[in-house]
Amino acid sequence: MAEKILTRNFHLPGSHTLVLYRETGGYAGLEKAFAMKPAEITEEVKKSNLRGLGGAGFPTGVKWGFLPQGHPGPVYLVINADEGEPGTFKDRYLLERDPHALIEGMIISAYAIGAHLAFVYIRGEYVQPWRIFGRAVAEAYEAGLLGKNIRGSGFDLDVIVHRGAGAYICGEETGLISSLEGKKGWPKLKPPFPAIRGAFGAPTIVNNVETICHVPHIMNRGAAWFAGLGTKSQGGTRMYSVSGHVTRPGVYELPVSATLRSLIYEHAGGIPGGRRLKAVVPGGSSAVLLTADEIDVTLDVDGLKNAGTMAGSAGVIVMDETVSIPEALMVVARFYAHESCGQCTPCRESTGWIYKMARRIVEGKGRKEDLDTILDVARRGAGTTICAFFDGAVGPYISYIEKFRHEFEALIRK
Amino acid sequence: MNARGAVRVEFTPEQLAEVRRLQGLYPDRRAALLPVLQLAQEAFGHISLEAEEYVAGLFDLSPAHVHEVVTFYTLFFREPKGRHVISVCHNLTCHLLGAQQVLAHLKERLGVEVGGTTPDGRVTLLGVECLCACEMAPMLQVDDRYEGNLTREKVDWILEGLA
Ligand SMILES: Cc1cc2nc3c(=O)[nH]c(=O)nc-3n(C[C@H](O)[C@H](O)[C@H](O)COP(=O)(O)O)c2cc1C
Ligand code: SF4
Ligand code: FES
Repeated sequence: MAEKILTRNFHLPGSHTLVLYRETGGYAGLEKAFAMKPAEITEEVKKSNLRGLGGAGFPTGVKWGFLPQGHPGPVYLVINADEGEPGTFKDRYLLERDPHALIEGMIISAYAIGAHLAFVYIRGEYVQPWRIFGRAVAEAYEAGLLGKNIRGSGFDLDVIVHRGAGAYICGEETGLISSLEGKKGWPKLKPPFPAIRGAFGAPTIVNNVETICHVPHIMNRGAAWFAGLGTKSQGGTRMYSVSGHVTRPGVYELPVSATLRSLIYEHAGGIPGGRRLKAVVPGGSSAVLLTADEIDVTLDVDGLKNAGTMAGSAGVIVMDETVSIPEALMVVARFYAHESCGQCTPCRESTGWIYKMARRIVEGKGRKEDLDTILDVARRGAGTTICAFFDGAVGPYISYIEKFRHEFEALIRK
Repeated sequence: MNARGAVRVEFTPEQLAEVRRLQGLYPDRRAALLPVLQLAQEAFGHISLEAEEYVAGLFDLSPAHVHEVVTFYTLFFREPKGRHVISVCHNLTCHLLGAQQVLAHLKERLGVEVGGTTPDGRVTLLGVECLCACEMAPMLQVDDRYEGNLTREKVDWILEGLA
């Protein structure tokens, strides 16, 4: 059994408290970090091959390195806890069961990038996680782990916990920043990237909860150890959210070199009732669908990319043989139609059209040309929009139809 | 509340102090708009046009800007809602594991359609996108709480607990 790192304390009562976090070695990474120069920390994170776990898989240390050197004004750290990608629930576990890991990671990361103010943007529906995390922040302030001159280091950090108000698009980093600034969550064209011009116009690093929770362990045990846990191009373990038709849905922490098959059949207990697997969404609903015979792939960013899909947010949705793929596409298409922020014409219009067409196909009113129209509309819009939301919708639109065209045709012919 | 049961759209001095604290927290006071709107919804039950205008005044923002923000987010209610809100997740995993049956059962028990509120003002029923608790699918949110692994019995039990 592989070693658990991020989830090692999840089973312990009181895992969310400072006392328990300290007893199990917490805040030791911070001591090491404070003995280093900020640039050395960024270097260590680069060497660890830590890649962002929010969706895009971008190397974390490299992103930190994009900050302008010697910037005269403030720099901000923003934690993306807006978890909204369908099929993903790992950040909720981290906020509820190990909030101090995130706080420690934030202090180290803020020290590395020179930020004295950090924001944690938590989705509005996460009331319980917000309460637990908020209490942990208060505990950290009381213990002198946040605020002025943290543990005598001379380093100051304040943390603002900010709640969203219901909008998937606020998970996209520039949409998140707009929302944090008190506006509707409209994404912005990049460049400039947030590292150059982000929250309140200042250079800003946006990282996912899980990404930052890894940082104390990298400090503690070294970049080489972390890199060694994974593949050549991605270090560490990762938390996989597994749901749908499996015997034991839940969060599984595995080295990123594990395979999708072992995740489904060994860890999550396989398909209940002896039924056969039909398809798997490997990385949140925006990932290209894999069929039952495409699951012998490793779960790292590059492994899934080579398989024509993406690791995304590591939300794994398992569908057994009883599932109607056209119906699944209708549900997914409804989601994208509902969540498009409406700023770009191809995204706003196509998500609506495609949902309508998918729905009429399921209702038995589909037209022969509908399938090719969906594919055409999806392909034409891909890559033309302000943010990656629409590209994330194109993955499922195309793959559900291309890989299960016969199921759609059967409904249309009837 | 006034005689007609409508909440007056005005914060108490304590709430105003909280507004000022929130505005002072951020590098730009306008960033406190979402938290202040959350406070307004708690205080007034929902965010009416009148409330939008009131909040706009607290920020020196145009009411149009506040309206644009309020209408963008699903957790802001622009009409009075029930004393309890039940949001049934209808995204992929919950759909695969029976969200439609959960919704049908709730519609029948409550006698309302999705988006509706019971005539006694007890419950508003909504269908929502992934609440990111798919491991307990089918699931719903009732007020602040997540409830998962739903069966008819569990849904009935949840309804019994709502005053
Ligand atoms: C439509 C869309 C939704 C996203 N939702 C999330 C999210 O819920 N949580 C998250 O951490 N990243 C999300 N992302 C990715 C962020 O834009 C950003 O890449 C990430 O927060 C960076 O953190 P990381 O490098 O640590 O992964 C989303 C991206 C897109 C395009
Ligand atoms: S791609 Fe869609 S979600 Fe992204 S900015 Fe354009 S309209 Fe908004
Ligand atoms: S699909 Fe219902 S919680 Fe994710």
